Amino acid sequence: MLSNKEKMLIAEIWESLTPVAEEIGADALLRMFACFPGSKTYFSHLDISRGSPHLLSHGKKIVLALAEGSKDISQLTVTLAPLQIMHAYQLRIDPINFKLLSHCLLVALSCHMRDDFTAVAHAAMDKYLSAFAAVLAEKYR
Amino acid sequence: MVEWTDFERDTIKDIFSRIKYDVVGPAAFARCLVVYPWTQRYFGGFGNLDNAAAIKGNPMVSKHGTTIIQGLDRAVKNMDDIENTYTELSVLHSEKLHVDPDNFKLLADCLTIVVAAQLGKEFTGEVQAAFQKFLAVVVSALGRQYH
Repeated sequence: MLSNKEKMLIAEIWESLTPVAEEIGADALLRMFACFPGSKTYFSHLDISRGSPHLLSHGKKIVLALAEGSKDISQLTVTLAPLQIMHAYQLRIDPINFKLLSHCLLVALSCHMRDDFTAVAHAAMDKYLSAFAAVLAEKYR
Repeated sequence: MVEWTDFERDTIKDIFSRIKYDVVGPAAFARCLVVYPWTQRYFGGFGNLDNAAAIKGNPMVSKHGTTIIQGLDRAVKNMDDIENTYTELSVLHSEKLHVDPDNFKLLADCLTIVVAAQLGKEFTGEVQAAFQKFLAVVVSALGRQYH
């Protein structure tokens, strides 16, 4: 459950990170690949080494989707409808990986924002990422 | 027995030599109580845990946070036998404190994020992987004496 204050905080944070979407997204993905090697199996068709264009563009896509969703969290099911379909019928990524990436996104945010990533911001962001992941997996079955 | 690479050993020792125990311990524990409020169920005697500010300023929270990280230090000093190092602590958490072992992972995640904030860019993906492996071994050892 997100309070209005938390929703504003989340939107603010993602807005401020949009200019560095590539950097944050790629960082989170690299962390996930290093910590949870099973996640790499979904990327066997791409070059996911540090600095690769595939990694950067993919990281950017993810962060921009998170930023877009955060602009109106009550409308997540509408905003994410195309991504829901893609993940359910085409990508079919096991949803456990959403949790793994969410954790790595939090770590990436913490490294980037340092003391500004307060416990309150962390709690709000964790709740948002959980909600985002849940909506993303809604059409799986 | 857990196999540690040289990189993992060096990374763990390096991290724990650089972080301030009386800052990181309390910060990680307080963060856990804020981000996962149901963990407060084990700390009814700790006084005011009403909001993030109260938790952060609570002296019992700080003290316990330091105790926790000092406990982790024992694992750092005994990386080749973490399981036996934690036998008593595991029994304590299971039989006396009745803590659901899933909570250990929540605290471990909060500690990872606090250490990430401390180390910034130096907390690379590889360093994170080593740190998380270490914490996973600790969490597993703490859960071992639950029956």
